[in-house]
Amino acid sequence: MPGLGTSYGRGGATSSARDLQDADCIVIMGSNFAENHPVGFRFVLRARDKGAKVLHIDPRFTRTSAMSSDYVPMRSGTDIVFLGALINYALQNDKYFKEYVVNYTNAPFIIKEEYQDTEDLEGIFSGFDPEKKTYDNSSWAYEREEVVLPEGEPANLSERLAREKLVGRPKRDETLQHPRSVFQLMKKHYARYTPEMVEEICGTSKEEFLMVAETVTANSTPERTTTFCYAMGWTQHTYGVQTIRAGAILQGLLGNMGRPGGGILALRGHANVQGATDLSTLWNSLPGYLDMPAKAREHDTLEDFLRAQMRPTSFWQNYPKYLISLLKAWYGDAATAANDFGYDAIPKTLGNHSHYKMFEDAYNGVIKGMMVIGQNPAVGGQNASFHRKALANLDWLVVKDPFLIETATFWYEAPEVKNGTVKAEDIGTEVFYLPSTVFAETEGSFTNTSRLLQTKEKAADPPGDCRSDLWFTYELGKKLKDLYKDSTAKRDWGIKNLTWDYEPDVNPRFKIQEPSEHKIIKEINGYDIATGAPLPGFGDLQDDGSTACGCWIYTGVLPEETVNRAANREGDDYQYLNWGFAWPANRRNLYNRASARPDGKPWSERKKYIWWDEAEQKWTGFDVPDFAATKAPDTPAVPGGVGLAAQSGKDPFLMLPDGVIQLFAPAGLADGPLPTHYEPPDTPVSTNLLYPNQTFSPTAVIFDHLPNNKVHGANNSDYPFVITTYRVTEHHLSGAMTRWLPWLAELMPELFLEISPELASELGVQNKDYVTVETARGKIEAKALVTKRMRPLKVEGKMVHTVGMPIHWGYSGISTGSVPNDLSAIVADPNVFIHSSKAFTCNVKKGRLPGGVA
Amino acid sequence: MITRRDFLKRTGAVTAGATIAAVGGINVKPVQAQITKIKLQVKEGRQVPSVCPYCSVGCGMIITESEGKITNIEGNPDSPINLGSLCPKGAAALQLAVNDERPEKVLYRAPHSTSWEEKPLDWAMERIAQKIKEDRDNSFIETQDGKLVNVNPALASLGGSTLENEWNYLHAKLMRGLGVVNVENHARI
Amino acid sequence: MSQIESSKGMFIDTTLCHGCKACEVACKSWNELPANSAPSLTGNSYDNTGKLDGENWRHVKFIEDISDDRTDSRWLFLSDSCKHCQLAGCMTVCPTNAIIRTEFDTVYIDHDTCIGCKYCITGCPFGVIEIGHLSGTAEKCTLCYDRLQVGQQPACAQACPTDCIEFGDVPDLVAMAKQREQFLQSTGNYKAELYGADKKILGGLNVFYMLEDKPEKYGLPSDPQLPQKSMLGGYWSSVFSLFAVGLVSLLSFRSYRERKFAEEEETTKGA
Repeated sequence: MPGLGTSYGRGGATSSARDLQDADCIVIMGSNFAENHPVGFRFVLRARDKGAKVLHIDPRFTRTSAMSSDYVPMRSGTDIVFLGALINYALQNDKYFKEYVVNYTNAPFIIKEEYQDTEDLEGIFSGFDPEKKTYDNSSWAYEREEVVLPEGEPANLSERLAREKLVGRPKRDETLQHPRSVFQLMKKHYARYTPEMVEEICGTSKEEFLMVAETVTANSTPERTTTFCYAMGWTQHTYGVQTIRAGAILQGLLGNMGRPGGGILALRGHANVQGATDLSTLWNSLPGYLDMPAKAREHDTLEDFLRAQMRPTSFWQNYPKYLISLLKAWYGDAATAANDFGYDAIPKTLGNHSHYKMFEDAYNGVIKGMMVIGQNPAVGGQNASFHRKALANLDWLVVKDPFLIETATFWYEAPEVKNGTVKAEDIGTEVFYLPSTVFAETEGSFTNTSRLLQTKEKAADPPGDCRSDLWFTYELGKKLKDLYKDSTAKRDWGIKNLTWDYEPDVNPRFKIQEPSEHKIIKEINGYDIATGAPLPGFGDLQDDGSTACGCWIYTGVLPEETVNRAANREGDDYQYLNWGFAWPANRRNLYNRASARPDGKPWSERKKYIWWDEAEQKWTGFDVPDFAATKAPDTPAVPGGVGLAAQSGKDPFLMLPDGVIQLFAPAGLADGPLPTHYEPPDTPVSTNLLYPNQTFSPTAVIFDHLPNNKVHGANNSDYPFVITTYRVTEHHLSGAMTRWLPWLAELMPELFLEISPELASELGVQNKDYVTVETARGKIEAKALVTKRMRPLKVEGKMVHTVGMPIHWGYSGISTGSVPNDLSAIVADPNVFIHSSKAFTCNVKKGRLPGGVA
Repeated sequence: MITRRDFLKRTGAVTAGATIAAVGGINVKPVQAQITKIKLQVKEGRQVPSVCPYCSVGCGMIITESEGKITNIEGNPDSPINLGSLCPKGAAALQLAVNDERPEKVLYRAPHSTSWEEKPLDWAMERIAQKIKEDRDNSFIETQDGKLVNVNPALASLGGSTLENEWNYLHAKLMRGLGVVNVENHARI
Repeated sequence: MSQIESSKGMFIDTTLCHGCKACEVACKSWNELPANSAPSLTGNSYDNTGKLDGENWRHVKFIEDISDDRTDSRWLFLSDSCKHCQLAGCMTVCPTNAIIRTEFDTVYIDHDTCIGCKYCITGCPFGVIEIGHLSGTAEKCTLCYDRLQVGQQPACAQACPTDCIEFGDVPDLVAMAKQREQFLQSTGNYKAELYGADKKILGGLNVFYMLEDKPEKYGLPSDPQLPQKSMLGGYWSSVFSLFAVGLVSLLSFRSYRERKFAEEEETTKGA
């Protein structure tokens, strides 16, 4: 989310799979698109057959490579070098989209004199605190003009708080020549990211790199567009957010954002990753990307919180309207202006509570009980054996899933129990396994990777005592509210006053009735409290307690009591605006104002998408404009204005403080304003050739205090091979939804390790032989699949072998095997605490594990 | 597990046509172009629109239900996303629903026990609610470092990103209502 | 008298196949075919299906064609099934006329008439047919005969996410294939070549292919032949039996096979 969010304003993918068919060049990097999103890949092939170049840049030759115009190999974990070199190529060769860059990005903005780059500090930025391993980003800021204060009285709370936070406009140099302009700083920062460095560090030949550079830049013009598709190959690194940032900067420089066939398509791995993030079952956010209050910040009262979090010169100036409407949705009549609408009842985060910290807290006994609903950490978590140790230290555990997955069976089926290291009798965890429905047995909606909400209907009752997750949470809530109904304690105010009426709309067809989807979706959409009528758009939300809304970005999905736009099923062969509902406001391609020139005319007839209709005095085109509908291109920014008034009619990125792409991110990132290459915590090379004094990310979060969780460091001869882990088409995640299905289990029946014939010969391993794979974290076995699709690469003057392993196996189900995630370490990026499973090191030996633990 | 294939059933009589031609080859008997028509029975039932639960492309599905049982799942041809197609996981979705491996009862493992016991659903729900309350009441942090925080540190929730929006919303609401900060799902960047 | 209503078939364009195996699963799902009871890794690229047989009516082949120095890297995929030949060897040799040509000009094995004698297995030059473990009769792709009768396309064609399996009237498909061949050759990207689209191969294959290389690369015979007399000793004995012993004994031969397979199934499960 911060990768795209800090660059463009929103964390979501900017386009749709369908839009790929209008691309002239598709770069698939950090994604095995064809294998993991086989149906979306249809549109890649359509583009390819229309003449588009499809480039696959990846450590492995996969089914995606097989279908691409060109496959370009690289060493796992070196994406920022490759992308940085593309940025450098565009800048050095004047191949960036000048008019776009000057108008739609912060390239002309001037950065403070105090700012020091990695060029000045040998691989780190100014503001670094080596003890805390964190940055103070105050020096990364813009130089600003004098602030202009508005006149008159503010109309509402949102306006008043925005005025209190107003600062002067950033200073600009539209010639891009000022030495402290973002443009010049970038040029300097990326100067050392050369094709030669790509060859040395990534192992990609200079020729192959230049082919990519030429193809991408030639297809990024007013007439042509290039799109980037990424997935976990970009994200799962200790610098994952920065990799996405590098892609985002490049797409900004090339002027591909907001345009048909352009953009960045984040390919999410689960049916509802987008919805689960939007709504939000994440530790650090509330629905609609509102923040969780934090103890460490100025969040003491509602007003403190809103002042701290609101952004006065962007669309986020409306923040108070969304938060107060959320509080009204949650606490109903009990939420009043006098009690800060119940703000105090929302818990404040005490620090980091992300996944790995959470398991550390479980391991240490801070967390007593855990509910695992639709996830399988016993084999799916990194350093999975640590996860199992943590589960074994819980007082109690609820596992709710359609099958008896490893998280439920760890106490009798895990390798350490089977091999006698741990005795089941010694595990004190009280385990409840609750059988679940599957998707076909419940109604509800998913939000796909293109932010598109689609409903599904219930087809049949589930068997036996299987119940939906929604049923579980609703019934549990009812029981808990009942347990607390007589409490007068202040700390129970939240649960006592939580609005909780979702009684079923009875459907006589079924024996088992589900909580009312309509009531929930109406609350999510928002409604007028006085009339009870649903609100047609987020523009109707208020900060005075007169509206309730569970998730402001979804407002409009239920514009009327009987119209659920997520159930719209009228397709067409373009942007299908009447199929489902895409947040926000049914916009399909985000930032589409940028598909027109600053004056509102399309960049070219061929890439026409949204434009200013002079006669009608409004924006029009093939999509819902992602812009104020009647704000003319020549509208000036209002001096001292707040919200969108602070932005002009040519500022397309309206969620950001200045309405333009942040090539340089002055705030919002823990590890630097410009992406910089560091090596993964396990790396086959001896140093970071770009910054020899800074091999690893200075801000990477390494959980080296956990048992069995040591990283290998640089060039560790005990672990000479790079290992990368991934999915295959035939399975999903930890296998929880596939390894129990005979039709899928037979397609990929056993765990395997892909190795090159060169390495196989070095190890004396034949195809299908058992091999043991070992890291400082664990040891597992698999069958070798010897294939020329794996290739050694020359890096730092030596041949580096990469082996690859799918992640899908575990010890339960009808297809079982070793746990690949027992090999990886718990290490994380400092922004979102994502792990590093794509590039670590290992040793491989011929033969099975002693004792042969399956 | 599927134990026996339900054969294509005839619903009409065989209409054997005459041999109308003998074509080519050195065969011992003529390659017959005898045309035979056998009327077969197809799966019929109520058709229910759905969405694939695997990756995030969001393929439309049509589920066929007959007498309360799911009998077929295939791609929805009307969907502009998948135009009726599916990947192997989606194509196998019938086995996700109709699968002998699915437990149908609550299973309970007492601390230190070496076996599961079947338990009634209501019993489990009641006990889980009690445990949540007990831990919450014992561990609740109202203030820390002089700040009001209202945190229940004893409970954690780990959700799946394959679950519906409605659940995510309701669950997030309940967790925050209980003061829970340990709330996570698969989603990261 | 029945006649061909329309000639149905499939055009398999391997240039669009990304080897996802949706076709294999969709086929199993619609036709309720069981999975292998004890599958294991074959070690042959990503192909763990192995071959067409009684339970696998569709099989995606994976051909890794990569030079030692990796300068030429290709991974070819081919979704294989019964070709529904115009000159169908299986039909030729079937002693009970259990293999019929349907009103859609497709080749269909009628289970009620099949005695499980296996001659069709040797009669097929593509190795498509096997005895079904559970049915005891010869089994292969029906081109979803039941779906065709209600105006639906075969399950595999419907499921295919990349339109690699195009279903339709054979003349239309051939026209489409020729156009595609021209297009591919004009782009210079592929050694595109049609297989079975004209009469040269067994009078024409209703299920035909666009290949990216010679047929042998995909394990397809470049010049498949109908079964020869020498192969058919068994055929004559069946025909003889038919008259001498009567159909009843042949049908009991089939039930013997069914029993035998049922026993085998039990044994496998117990193992």
